[in-house]
Amino acid sequence: MRIRLSALSLFVALVPAAAMANPLTVDLPKSEVAFVSTQMGVPVDGKFRKFAAQVDFDAKKPEAAKVKLDIDIASIDAGSAEANGEVVGKNWLAAARFPQATFVSSAVKSTGPNRYEVTGQMTIKGKTLPLTTPFSVRTQGTSQVFEGTFVMKRGDFAIGEGPWADPETVANEIKVKFRLVANPAK
Amino acid sequence: MRSARYSAVAMILHWLIALAIAVNFGLGLYMSDLPLSVGPIKLKLYSYHKWAGVSIFLLVFVRIAWRMLKRPPELPAHMPAWERVGAGVSHILLYLLTLAVPLSGWLFSSAKGFKTVYFGIWPIPDLLAKDTLLAEVLVEWHENLAFLMAALVVLHVAAALKHHLLDRDDVLSRMLPIVHPRNR
Repeated sequence: MRIRLSALSLFVALVPAAAMANPLTVDLPKSEVAFVSTQMGVPVDGKFRKFAAQVDFDAKKPEAAKVKLDIDIASIDAGSAEANGEVVGKNWLAAARFPQATFVSSAVKSTGPNRYEVTGQMTIKGKTLPLTTPFSVRTQGTSQVFEGTFVMKRGDFAIGEGPWADPETVANEIKVKFRLVANPAK
Repeated sequence: MRSARYSAVAMILHWLIALAIAVNFGLGLYMSDLPLSVGPIKLKLYSYHKWAGVSIFLLVFVRIAWRMLKRPPELPAHMPAWERVGAGVSHILLYLLTLAVPLSGWLFSSAKGFKTVYFGIWPIPDLLAKDTLLAEVLVEWHENLAFLMAALVVLHVAAALKHHLLDRDDVLSRMLPIVHPRNR
């Protein structure tokens, strides 16, 4: 029983590694998870300073690709020091209760030359919803650059509750831009 | 021959701009002390303040153009030279400040990373890129220029009242739409 259990744990531990078709090392300082919110019709740039990314991608078999993104909510830069203080609060992202946002891919498909679409589960503020976004891949030296933009609705994740729910002041639509620079694993 | 009174257009522009500046000055003082935790009202007030500032800036240009086209009435003959110079200098400073205050606010907003979108529809280009340290300097300029303008407005009102109550001339009444000029 004991042996079977450890054999099982070994098997479980090995599966993710075996399932990785072509794991890459993400160059975090060159990568970016940014967003644009619209306040009273004014586009305001923001980003997350800290996140971790796992990318497994081989252009020859994109359907086997996988991506996982862990975003440190407290590392948010929402455009100003004052906004940063507000958006980690419980009306917005509730960073103390939900310190991380995650995206885990479930399917990747090719949509054209160097164009793809990834579908997965996005978890923000403890709420998980399906998300699909297009992305492109280009080669830069020895690196591969994954870039994409999608629009999410903050209301779907209860980002901005109470008086902030009003989409007239801060628009419901948040444009998210991501760029992951990945190198072949060493 | 110059008219004894300001034209209707000059009066409308003067009082409209005066009212807008008074309201926007008070609004600026009030909103800058509000914490963001009060909710969307703070973002709304900031936008209204910026839209009003842009409107004032544009109206001041219309006003200067009108003043160039239609000369204002002559100053009363009894005024000594120093009063004429003082009136001229303070009026020029008021015109400059009514342009400089919104201009500094626009630059400050750009440096802070917030584009000004007039009435939430028309984006006004940023002359400066986002620079938080520069924004801290510019906000001081915006405030100090506004306070300097307020001080000049106080002087302007005091001078108008002095003309009306002590000199008993028509310097004030010729800018008032309802009061008829005194017979001298």
